[in-house]
Amino acid sequence: MAIRTPDRKVATAARSATRAPHPGATLAPVPLLMRPSRSRIVRSLSRHAVTIAILVIILYPIVWMVAASLRPNSEVLGRLGLLGRVTGANYVSGWNPTSTLHFSRFFVNSLVVSGLSVVGNLFACTLAAYAFARLSFPLKRVLFGILLATILLPYQVTLVPQYILFSKLHWVNTYLPLVLPKFLGVDAFFVFLNVQFIRALPTDLDEAARIDGCGWWGVFRRIIVPLSLPAIGATAMFTFINSWNDFLGPLLYLSKPNLYTVPLGLNLFVDASGTSSFGSLFAMATLSLVPLVGFFLASQKLLVEGIATTGIK
Amino acid sequence: MTVAPIPRLRARRGHRSGERAAAYAFLTPWLIGLVVITIGPMVASLYLAFTRYDLLTAPTWTGLTNFRNLFADPRFTTAVTVTVRYVVISVPLVIVVSLAVAMFLNRAIRFLAVYRALFYIPSLLGSSVAIAILWRQVFGATGIVDRVLGFFGLHHGSFIGDPSTSLYTLISLNLWAFGGTMVIFLAGLRQVPVGLYEAAAVDGAGTWSKFWHITLPSLSPLIFFNLLLNTVHAFQSFTSAYIVSGGNGGPADSTLLYTVYLYQRGFVDFRMGYAAAMAWLLLAVLAVITALLFATARFWVHYGDEAR
Repeated sequence: MAIRTPDRKVATAARSATRAPHPGATLAPVPLLMRPSRSRIVRSLSRHAVTIAILVIILYPIVWMVAASLRPNSEVLGRLGLLGRVTGANYVSGWNPTSTLHFSRFFVNSLVVSGLSVVGNLFACTLAAYAFARLSFPLKRVLFGILLATILLPYQVTLVPQYILFSKLHWVNTYLPLVLPKFLGVDAFFVFLNVQFIRALPTDLDEAARIDGCGWWGVFRRIIVPLSLPAIGATAMFTFINSWNDFLGPLLYLSKPNLYTVPLGLNLFVDASGTSSFGSLFAMATLSLVPLVGFFLASQKLLVEGIATTGIK
Repeated sequence: MTVAPIPRLRARRGHRSGERAAAYAFLTPWLIGLVVITIGPMVASLYLAFTRYDLLTAPTWTGLTNFRNLFADPRFTTAVTVTVRYVVISVPLVIVVSLAVAMFLNRAIRFLAVYRALFYIPSLLGSSVAIAILWRQVFGATGIVDRVLGFFGLHHGSFIGDPSTSLYTLISLNLWAFGGTMVIFLAGLRQVPVGLYEAAAVDGAGTWSKFWHITLPSLSPLIFFNLLLNTVHAFQSFTSAYIVSGGNGGPADSTLLYTVYLYQRGFVDFRMGYAAAMAWLLLAVLAVITALLFATARFWVHYGDEAR
């Protein structure tokens, strides 16, 4: 920024000079007028260079892990660079590394849990959001206040009694403790996100639909849901990411390896293998990140705009 | 004429009560969750905080014993110290770096979407077990960081195994995932009216005074938002500390974050009452911090509709 100021001043000076040629100032701007174009290119190139350099530092560990996972096991940790012999052996050996660890199983389990979580959150959060954004009912302000308060509520406060409740119900070693809360809209943040989005939609269409004989459900299904697809998409993506990465929930509620999700499987793999099979560990760690990055790249615009709008509003 | 208003009135009242019924029908799943999964357990956890409970026998009322034991427990003191250090160092770091990178990127218009997406990726992955496993390697003995330092003759050995540096590996992991915060700042910067900067330039304001008098006040609602959320989240960090330390908060309890200790007490030792007491203390502290942030907000958070 320090570099930029003099140039900016020069540019303004040059611009004002061309706009209102001042008799006394005609000599000075001429050499300066030549400069901005060249220095602008240099400046913009150096900006890109700095940005790319920062990105290389930030992303290097991930790229290194991917490269290491593709090396023969004896060379996995041996080098700092990325190039070398490429082999898929770690992916083959990591898929079923021991008799109790089956990553094919863990991936299916994770997909089931994350998929159900997405469905649950979409169901409960959009319904509640519609009520808060569009309908009037007694205690609305109080309930909305409670909703906002629960966004900041630390999960630890409900952790112990929830565990007691679910274990008394014999739901340990089922996916119910991980999935059922989503169907009950416990992630208040997503209710809030959808409320903010629906509030910003024009009410004309609702009213037109009401006049045409739509009930509240009809308005919700035919008007609100189609119009709030960006918010719904953001809810789905973030729910998927959170639930795919969730470690504490599965750690508490799943103790049978055939029920494990991918994060638990990776944790068990670390404990079981120690330092002997980093290649296959990295291979499975890499695979566990693929759905996250894949979904993100597929819906990049949507996601980034989603958090941006919730940040502002 | 006298007959007409009556059905209309009735119709309208029917409409109102229909709207109420519909509203509560839409809210039903959330309301059940609020009572059964959130408020009920909150109250239960407050009760358990005053009991001794191991999940097998019925809870026994012990009054303030859990809290007395907490304050006499050296590991609890360690957990608090470690967590406070983690929050106090990593949150401001994330805010400052996010803001700096956002301001830097706000100028380079071309490929902005690509850069933004690439900066954002670590924040998607940061809380995953896979990245925590990678971090063990990156900062471990013969890890990437040690190799790079070794290149400059600054060998250190494992940063994970050294109690004086292990917490900083977690801080660096939190900082690594700054993209989510940065994207919010970047969106905010795009909203600042260019006219303000032009007017300031006319008045002879330099870069620093533009930053101080325009950028910072305009972004203050977002700084507040990010500060609040990052602080609350940092107090609740678990996965990275658990994986990087192998589940015990080591070495020498140097990465014993509050939630890691709470997990050990509650779900390894099955001292549910003790864990519940820890949870309510955390809630109380976070409530005080949130209240303080909101109380100070009116001195430094500026909203667009106010006169500047």
